[in-house]
Amino acid sequence: MHEKIEKNIGLMAILIVIAISFGGLVEIVPLMFKASVVEPAEGVEPYDPLRLAGRDVYVAEGCYNCHSQQIRPFRAETERYGHYSVAGEFVYDRPFQWGSKRTGPDLARVGGLYSDDWHYLHMMDPRAVVPGSNMPAYPWLAERYVDPDVVQRRMRALKRIGTPYSDEDIERAYEAVAGKTEMDAIIAYLQGLGTEWTGQHATGDDS
Amino acid sequence: MSAFWHWFVIIITLGFTAAMVWLFIATGRARVPTGTNEEGEETTGHVWDGDLRELNNPMPRWWLWLFYGTVIFSIIYLVLYPGLGNYQGVLGWSSEGQYEEEMARATAEFEERFGELLELPVGEMVEHPDALRLGRNIYAHNCSTCHGSDARGAPGYPNLTDDHWIWGGEPEQVFTSIHDGRQAIMPPFGEALGEQGVTRTAVYVQQLAGQSVDRSMAEAGRRHYEQQCAACHGPDGTGNVFLGAPDLTTGVYIYGGSLDELRHTIRHGREGVMPAQRDLLGEGRSKLVAAYVLSLSRNDDE
Repeated sequence: MHEKIEKNIGLMAILIVIAISFGGLVEIVPLMFKASVVEPAEGVEPYDPLRLAGRDVYVAEGCYNCHSQQIRPFRAETERYGHYSVAGEFVYDRPFQWGSKRTGPDLARVGGLYSDDWHYLHMMDPRAVVPGSNMPAYPWLAERYVDPDVVQRRMRALKRIGTPYSDEDIERAYEAVAGKTEMDAIIAYLQGLGTEWTGQHATGDDS
Repeated sequence: MSAFWHWFVIIITLGFTAAMVWLFIATGRARVPTGTNEEGEETTGHVWDGDLRELNNPMPRWWLWLFYGTVIFSIIYLVLYPGLGNYQGVLGWSSEGQYEEEMARATAEFEERFGELLELPVGEMVEHPDALRLGRNIYAHNCSTCHGSDARGAPGYPNLTDDHWIWGGEPEQVFTSIHDGRQAIMPPFGEALGEQGVTRTAVYVQQLAGQSVDRSMAEAGRRHYEQQCAACHGPDGTGNVFLGAPDLTTGVYIYGGSLDELRHTIRHGREGVMPAQRDLLGEGRSKLVAAYVLSLSRNDDE
């Protein structure tokens, strides 16, 4: 058998894939059936249309290159950013925006931390409010409009893969985002980040 | 985790570990068909490309023992730490537990060093250099983003070093502004007053602050003011700290005092927001910041 495997590269490749896939089977697959990971945390709702549009702006502008959205359970992080993140807060994020680099601060709980006006000023010219900031300015967001058709199509796609939008939600989305700029959208998105989970003070139930 | 996945994880993890050990022992013992090459060394008998042969040397010992070492390490690890399904490990470790421990330690230390200080009411903290030093640090990290590192504010963000307090300058009021936040609403009056009315009202507001203005314009603006503005800003324009309606007689403005800026404010309204710091700072630290902010305007008096 040894000889057969080592002389047949296709067979060897298949057997290698089988052997290493066991790691994923043990580490990943059981999580897909774990309630605290796949069900929304208490209070967490699907994105409303404007926030959803803002999320797309966030992705399109590459915000995740410099900002993370995951507060780890260390004092140094929770003192600065708030309660550590839990998996159930991200179930409607497709894909999640955890990021892996913090050139700028973590944004997982930036919602409500500043006023809308502050965010507007900060996007137009970050140095106007934070003198030492090295964030680029995004003035074009104030001139570009959200396309309501795209938002509706996106909601339909998300619905198909399990986000509980009703047909009514999708219908109303047109009204909700028509005439809004990308600036309005991203501010709405940022102001919602991390604010929905109501279980901050409950004890962790890991079932 | 359900019983199925619990056992799924355990069986595969331990099964694989055992299989790896078996593989090394079994292949070490297996009798392979051997041959010899031209130099008389033992080979597995496999030949590629006509003349490539595989030597049948044993694994280097150091490498083999390193391998067994990792197996032993992983078994010890799986006994001590959570890894096998729902099994929590002998040490009872969890990342959440480690975090709680870290926080409890820090809180205890904080209490020990500053507990007495935090018991003081905000009004007395202002006299305490330690409290002000702590407050200044917290201010620099959390508040300077909007109010500026010198606390002199910016358009839209009040100056904290002067004596004008939109929501009241009593220690308790300043604390509430920080801890619970504030939400001010100046409604837009552009439609109600019309463009001419907006301008006249703005002129009257300038007169309230003691500027010399066109008297007939101001007189016309006064009527608008009494109808629309007096309810919040007061008949005499001195404002209302309970509504967050600024005093209009001082000449200090959040959004600028030029005629154009005043007209913009009246026409489109303003929505000033002071975000609540309750969740991030908590009560004790909010008090320290309140004391620091109060001390800033006190220094100004001297």
